[in-house]
Amino acid sequence: MKSLQELAEIREKMKGKVALREGQNGIRVVVGMATCGIAAGARPVLNTLVEEVEKQGLSEKATVSQTGCIGICRLEPIVEVFEPGKEKVTYVKMTPEKAKQVVSEHIKGGRPVYEYTIGEK
Amino acid sequence: MIRSHVLICGGTGCTSSGSPAIREHLENELKKQGLDEEIKVVQTGCFGLCALGPIMIVYPEGTFYSSVTEEDVTEIVSEHLLKGRPVERLVYNPKSEEAPHGVTSLSETPFYKSQMRIALRNCGVINPEEIDEYIALDGYVALGKVLTEMTPQEVIDLVKASGLRGRGGAGFPTGTKWQFAANNEADEKFVVCNADEGDPGAFMDRSVLEGDPHAVLEAMAIAGYAIGGTHGYIYVRAEYPIAVKRLKIAIDQAREYGLLGKNIFGTKFDFDIDIRLGAGAFVCGEETALLTSIEGFRGEPRNKPPFPAVKGLFAKPTIINNVETLANIPQIIVKGPEWFASMGTDCSKGTKVFALGGKINNTGLVEIPMGTTLRQILFEIGGGIPNGKKFKAAQTGGPSGGCIPEEHLDTPIDYENLKAIGSMMGSGGLIVMDEDNCMVDVARFFLEFTVDESCGKCTPCRIGTRRLLEMLNKITEGNGTLEDLDKMEELCHYITNNALCGLGQTAPNPVLSTLKYFRKEYEAHVVDKRCPAGVCKKLLHYVIDPNKCTGCTLCARRCPVSCIAGKVKEPHVIDQSKCIKCGACMENCKFGAISKK
Repeated sequence: MKSLQELAEIREKMKGKVALREGQNGIRVVVGMATCGIAAGARPVLNTLVEEVEKQGLSEKATVSQTGCIGICRLEPIVEVFEPGKEKVTYVKMTPEKAKQVVSEHIKGGRPVYEYTIGEK
Repeated sequence: MIRSHVLICGGTGCTSSGSPAIREHLENELKKQGLDEEIKVVQTGCFGLCALGPIMIVYPEGTFYSSVTEEDVTEIVSEHLLKGRPVERLVYNPKSEEAPHGVTSLSETPFYKSQMRIALRNCGVINPEEIDEYIALDGYVALGKVLTEMTPQEVIDLVKASGLRGRGGAGFPTGTKWQFAANNEADEKFVVCNADEGDPGAFMDRSVLEGDPHAVLEAMAIAGYAIGGTHGYIYVRAEYPIAVKRLKIAIDQAREYGLLGKNIFGTKFDFDIDIRLGAGAFVCGEETALLTSIEGFRGEPRNKPPFPAVKGLFAKPTIINNVETLANIPQIIVKGPEWFASMGTDCSKGTKVFALGGKINNTGLVEIPMGTTLRQILFEIGGGIPNGKKFKAAQTGGPSGGCIPEEHLDTPIDYENLKAIGSMMGSGGLIVMDEDNCMVDVARFFLEFTVDESCGKCTPCRIGTRRLLEMLNKITEGNGTLEDLDKMEELCHYITNNALCGLGQTAPNPVLSTLKYFRKEYEAHVVDKRCPAGVCKKLLHYVIDPNKCTGCTLCARRCPVSCIAGKVKEPHVIDQSKCIKCGACMENCKFGAISKK
C-alpha cells in the first residue's frame, strides 16, 4: 500500500459488495419467486435487477430480494418496489429488459415506469 | 451477480456445534440448485449468541437462523434462497412482545438491542479471512490517517483524550502507557498484544481475533507509530487454533498489501508483526511473565518497577495492550476521541465486552456501554436464569475477581464500582450462579485453579494459595472451625499484600468476596455441617421418605454401590456409610420420595 488513494480504491470497489449486509434500507425491490414466478421467468428478472442495481451504483440505496407468491399468478413475473413514505408500485409481466428500465428510471430516476405497472393494460 | 449473502458463524462456539459442515453442505446445495452464482456464502466471526449456534444470517433480509443443522440446509436453499420464503421454524424467536412472529430485525431483539458494538463491530459482519471486506468497512483508514496527517504525540494525545483504559483487567489508561514508552529513548521499542486469555469462561479476545483480526493488526501498527516502535508481537495461546490461523492469514494479507512491512503508505514508517504461541499457562497473561515467555524463558513474572514501558521485552521499552483495548483504537482515531468519551461513566469510557456463561439463558458474547447495570446485562440481554431458578451471584474477573450478590446488581459497571464492591472488571468473564451453586465450592474451584496456575516464583502465592485451598477443602468436608474463617481472611490479606505479581495479588479475591457476602453459607458448613445449596458431597445425605416410597425397587437397582436395601412394596433405606452420593437414586425415583439434605 503506497498511498491512501490505493486504500480508497479498494474500499470503493468493495463497499457495494458488503452493503448488502447492512440490511434493508431505503428502497426495497421484491421479486415474486414462488413456483408460478419461477415458471414465468422470474429468475432472470431477479438476476438482472441485482446486476443493474450494483452496476448503476445503487447498492446503498436499494436492496433486491425475493418473496413468495404474490397472488396474481397470471401476471407473473411480478416485481414490487417499496419506497419509504411512498405507495408501493407493482410491476407485472416483467422481463430482463423491462427490469433494466425500471432500475434506471424508477430506482435511480425516481419516476415509476407506469406502462409496466399493474393498473395499465 | 450476487443478490444475497448467507453469513455463517465460524467462531469457535459455532464451529464446535458443526458450522463448517453446514457451510460445506450449503455450498454444495447451492451449486446443485444452480444458485452459486447468485448467492455468496460468507464465513464470519462470532455473532455473540453462542448458546443458539450454529448461527446463519441471510441478507439482504437479515433473517436470523439459529440452531441450524445439516438437514435444514436443503430446505433453506429451496425455500428461502430460491423462493424467498424464510423457514419460520428456524428463525430465532426471542419470545418478546415486540416480535410475536419471530421474524424480526436482529438489532431489535432483546439480546442485541441494548448492546453497542465497537470492539466487536465487524464480528459476525465480515469474513475475517478477507482483508478487502475489512477495508470496505473503513479498515486501515485510521492507520492511513495517523501516518499521513498526525505526529506520534498527536496520536498519544488523542488516545489519552478518549479516556480509553486497558481492557485486560486492571484498567490502566492506555494513552498514559503509550506516553511512558514514547518518552523513553531507545534504539528499539516493541508493541505487544496480550492475547493470552486465560480466565475460565472468558472468550472475548478470542472472538475479536477470530472475527476481526485486522483491527488488532491495524491498532498495533498505530501504537508502533505512536511510541516509535517497528516491531510487534502477538502472544496468543495455542489453544486458540482458529484465532491463530486467521491471524496468520491476516498478517500475510496485510504484508501483501503493504499495510505491514516497509514504508507503509509511502511514509518512512516500517512495522511488522510476529505471532508467539503460548502453551496455556495462566500466569503468562501477566505482562512481565508474558514478556519473559516471548524471550524464550519459562513464563515467570518479574518485579515492577521497572515497568515494561521502561524496560520490557529484551530490556527495551515495550507497551503491552490487551486485544480488546487494541480493537477500540482504529475506531477512536476514525470517529474521534469525543465520540468515544461520550459513552460510559466519568472514569470509564466506551464499552466493555463480556462473555456470559454459567446459569444464564443467552450464553454468549455481549458488548455494552460502561455504566450499564449488571441487572440489565443478566436479565435483559442475557435473558435471565434458566428453569425459573433464583439468582445468587455473578462472578466477574475470573480467578482474580469476586462474586457480586443480588444487592449489588444495580451497580453501574465500571472499573471503580466493581473494585468498590470487592470484585474487578477483569478481562470480561461473567459467570452467573443460581441457588444451586454453593459459594464455598465456587471459591474452592477458583483457588484450585490458582494453585495449579501459580508459577511458584514467590512464596506468598505458591504456599499461601495452597494453604487457603486446604482450609477451603476442610470447610467443604465439614471439618472447618469458625477460627478457620478468620485465619483465612488474614491469610488472604497477607497474600494480596505480598505476592509478586497480579496473579497472586488477586488470587484471594474469590475467597474474600464470598466471605464478605456469603459468610452465612460458610458458617452453615462450619457450624451446622450442612451445605445449603446441596453441592458439597461430604456434607450431603440422600434420604428416602418412607411415606412416599412405594417399594418399587428402582433406586436399589440403579444404585451403583448397592447401598439401598428394602423389600418389594416396602419403604427402602439408604446405608449412609456406603453411599457415594452420586444422586442416581434421586434422579430415577418416580415418586419424589428421595431428597438430599
